[in-house]
Amino acid sequence: MAQPRIVVQHDDFDIAAEMSRISGQNRNIGAVVTFSGLCRDEAGTLAALEIEHYPGMAEAEIGRVAAEVLGRWTLTGLTIIHRFGLIKPGENIVLVMAASVHREAAFNAASFLMDYLKNTAPFWKKEHLTTGEERGWVEAKTKDQEAFKRLHSL
Amino acid sequence: MTKLVYFAWVRERIGKGEEVIELDPAIVTVGDLLAHLKTRGEEYAAALEYENVIRVAINQEHVEHDAPIKGATEIALFPPMTGG
Repeated sequence: MAQPRIVVQHDDFDIAAEMSRISGQNRNIGAVVTFSGLCRDEAGTLAALEIEHYPGMAEAEIGRVAAEVLGRWTLTGLTIIHRFGLIKPGENIVLVMAASVHREAAFNAASFLMDYLKNTAPFWKKEHLTTGEERGWVEAKTKDQEAFKRLHSL
Repeated sequence: MTKLVYFAWVRERIGKGEEVIELDPAIVTVGDLLAHLKTRGEEYAAALEYENVIRVAINQEHVEHDAPIKGATEIALFPPMTGG
């Protein structure tokens, strides 16, 4: 396939436009798996997430993970978009879109990518509460780190 | 001269996002660097208190604490990542 499309930006993304872009003129795509991660309101307590990133390394690290994925599964397209800055509940944070001839490769690649990105892509979330306070930085979840170790041992 | 960059609560506790410092040749590994930085003041000591949770990247690639820092132009220190 062509190079993966990797974008790190503040602006929102358009899933339908990304879907058209990934299929392009290729009529041999049988499956497109789309994962989008959204900002939750944590039962009304969260006003916004503030996402900090390491410019340059964020793109480079996503590129390394994408290369790993493309070595494991045969894909016809791969798009990864991660937003930064202030993001409100209901808004998109991340998009992973994987296209393949049959569904299995696209499902597995998208799942692997998300687990990997959570542990290696240099982004950090800070929570702003509806009370106007900052709750502070989100802690890395043990379950994400365990999912990462599981993938690493495959 | 080596550029150090800090993110998230490491940046907040140290009180700056980046700085350029001269490193003594006796500082060989990432672990040596962390130990040295902790002696630079209480803000560094607070940021690096739990040394084993600090993640490090050299020239924008992840490394372990036993990695050599020779040839590094940019060293980043940050907490475990919480993207996605």
